Amino acid sequence: MRAALLICAKDLRARLRDRSALLIGIVVPLGLAFIFNGIFSGISGGGTVLNLGVVNADHGLASQQFTSEVLPAVARSGLIAVHPEATLARARALAANGTLEAVIVIPAGFSAQVQANQPAAMQVIGNIDDPVSAQVAESIAESYAADLNRVRLSVATVAAGRGGPALPPAQIQALSARAAAAVEPVAVDDVSAQTKELNQKSFFAAGMAVFFLFFTVQFGVTSLLEERSDGTLARLVAAPIGRASILGGKLLTSFVLGVISMAVLVAATTLLLGASWGNPLGVAVLVVAAILSAIGIMALIATLAKNAEQAANWQSVVAVILGLVGGTFFPVSQAPGILSRLTFIAPQAWFLRGLGDLRAGSISAVWIPALAMLGFAVVTGAVALTRLRHLAEV
Amino acid sequence: MADERVLWCHDLRRSFGGLVAVDGVGFYIDPGETYGLLGPNGAGKTTTISMIVGLLDRDGGEIRVAGEPMTTRAVRAKREIGYVPQDLAIYPDLSGRENLMFFARLYGMSTSEARRRSAEVLELTGLSDRAGDQTKQYSGGMKRRLNIGIGLLNRPKLLILDEPTVGVDPQSRNAILESVEALSGAGTAVLYTTHYMEEAERLADRIGIIDHGKLIAEGTRQQLVGMVGEGDQVRLSAAGDLTRAAADLAGRSWVRQAKAADGTIDLVVDDASRELPAILADLTADGLAVSSVQVHEPDLEAVFLHLTGRALRD
Repeated sequence: MRAALLICAKDLRARLRDRSALLIGIVVPLGLAFIFNGIFSGISGGGTVLNLGVVNADHGLASQQFTSEVLPAVARSGLIAVHPEATLARARALAANGTLEAVIVIPAGFSAQVQANQPAAMQVIGNIDDPVSAQVAESIAESYAADLNRVRLSVATVAAGRGGPALPPAQIQALSARAAAAVEPVAVDDVSAQTKELNQKSFFAAGMAVFFLFFTVQFGVTSLLEERSDGTLARLVAAPIGRASILGGKLLTSFVLGVISMAVLVAATTLLLGASWGNPLGVAVLVVAAILSAIGIMALIATLAKNAEQAANWQSVVAVILGLVGGTFFPVSQAPGILSRLTFIAPQAWFLRGLGDLRAGSISAVWIPALAMLGFAVVTGAVALTRLRHLAEV
Repeated sequence: MADERVLWCHDLRRSFGGLVAVDGVGFYIDPGETYGLLGPNGAGKTTTISMIVGLLDRDGGEIRVAGEPMTTRAVRAKREIGYVPQDLAIYPDLSGRENLMFFARLYGMSTSEARRRSAEVLELTGLSDRAGDQTKQYSGGMKRRLNIGIGLLNRPKLLILDEPTVGVDPQSRNAILESVEALSGAGTAVLYTTHYMEEAERLADRIGIIDHGKLIAEGTRQQLVGMVGEGDQVRLSAAGDLTRAAADLAGRSWVRQAKAADGTIDLVVDDASRELPAILADLTADGLAVSSVQVHEPDLEAVFLHLTGRALRD
């Protein structure tokens, strides 16, 4: 064990000194997580908060219901921040300079017109550079308008059914209240929680981390081939240590590099990107399982190669294919047909699924994904170990 | 008896597929003795070394190092060996000191002991000034010195150097040979493989000549040269009646052959270093003025040629 630790410490020192492990294990995945998150935020708007301004020039019953019930429900989704503005002029100015992405305006007399069963309209001020936000604001306003129209239709239906003179205002108000209470005004469901999908920031953080993990762990295993071609393996084998110590040291190097890389990426993406990884213990279980599966697969490939360069090439190809199939760049689980099932041939898919399950449920949700990854580790690792013994011969 | 030797190996055999690389090699080395394993490239030197060091399993035979049986898993036997492989075996991203510290600790030294011993070896190899530099910044000669230094870290009873001067400049080569002489003088047993005859002649107390995996001859230099049966060649340039002088010398019992031609006398004698004063005295008595003397003793090259019919570097 002492010799394995010495070899591991020596390898880590060399790897950190040539900066290759630092680049592949931390800098590149972190940078790509930022870049992808930035790109896809711009396209879908996901992951960012829509700043919605509201100008209530009415202050009547209908407008108060909108501002006190509908908008808070929308804001609870976490996707929209509601900013009440006192005047239309100020709201326009904020929309023009980009502070607000859209503004809903409730004009004076809106509630009175609604109650009098007269045509009433809410206005939406959008930004030509941000049509998606304007559409979202329009949808919110239309939903509320549709709800008001449903109530008005219900009251009108009751009045028409009675025949005779018009209903007194108090009765109309009571009927309106009953109709309105019959349904939720607007419901915003937490779709991500129901489908166990990570939010965008967490997805790209986790995806890039586990994608590059398969490159990071290569350093330890492949260095055995490098030592053989460099002649230093002969010196290690001639030293008074067991060959198991040499193999152990190399595998330990892979594991430590994997742990360092993932720990730094989890912390950095949480602090800098706002990614939400979930329960730390559950994340730790998934990370360890992912590292072991990556080591097993990469070690197996290394044993098939003739030299370090060939091993690195083959490992890179396999890491990219597994990364793509495993959905580290886009959520393959949402893809149709066989592709969504094929994804689980990759440990990366189990890792991302585990994080999704962890967000949606308790820590016990990680066991199945973790066991699946450990299955990869055991099968590939066992084959690799039998072949690695030959690799440690000079 | 085998347990008293620093190295004792008997009937070593190793094949690679159908190729017999080592075929019944056996020899021993005592404390303070330098044993030269001489042979052309591909003769089986490195395979023999690899089995002795524990890098390779052997097909047959026995090896003992300081009385301990050697196998690929023999930790105790490996502790007694300092191994300097043929190719540079150092880590380029680590400094010279870090390389030494790593191997010292791998040989079981504590941190403080490893630090102390590394400093000694750095001093011994003349690398103290550059100890903190990464070895990829070292010159070829410095790398070679460090490569040898690592083999000395554990103060081995048996130092094995596998062609340590291949590709080395003359200055570094001489420094390496001097280091080996010093270590041998200090009591370390040395196994030195080379295909350079001059190195074996200079360093080795006994020499084994290996060819096609077999040890074809073994002994001191004199014993090996004696196998050839040739005498020393002496060429003298002189003015005067060389034919008569040559005929006079031919009458001496220790002169095997004497011939005069073109202003020179060519002699073949039993031992030139012993008989040269008498030769010069005879020529002076005959009234000749000797202007130059050249002595050529039979060497290991001639021995190898005699034994195999091929030159050592063929």
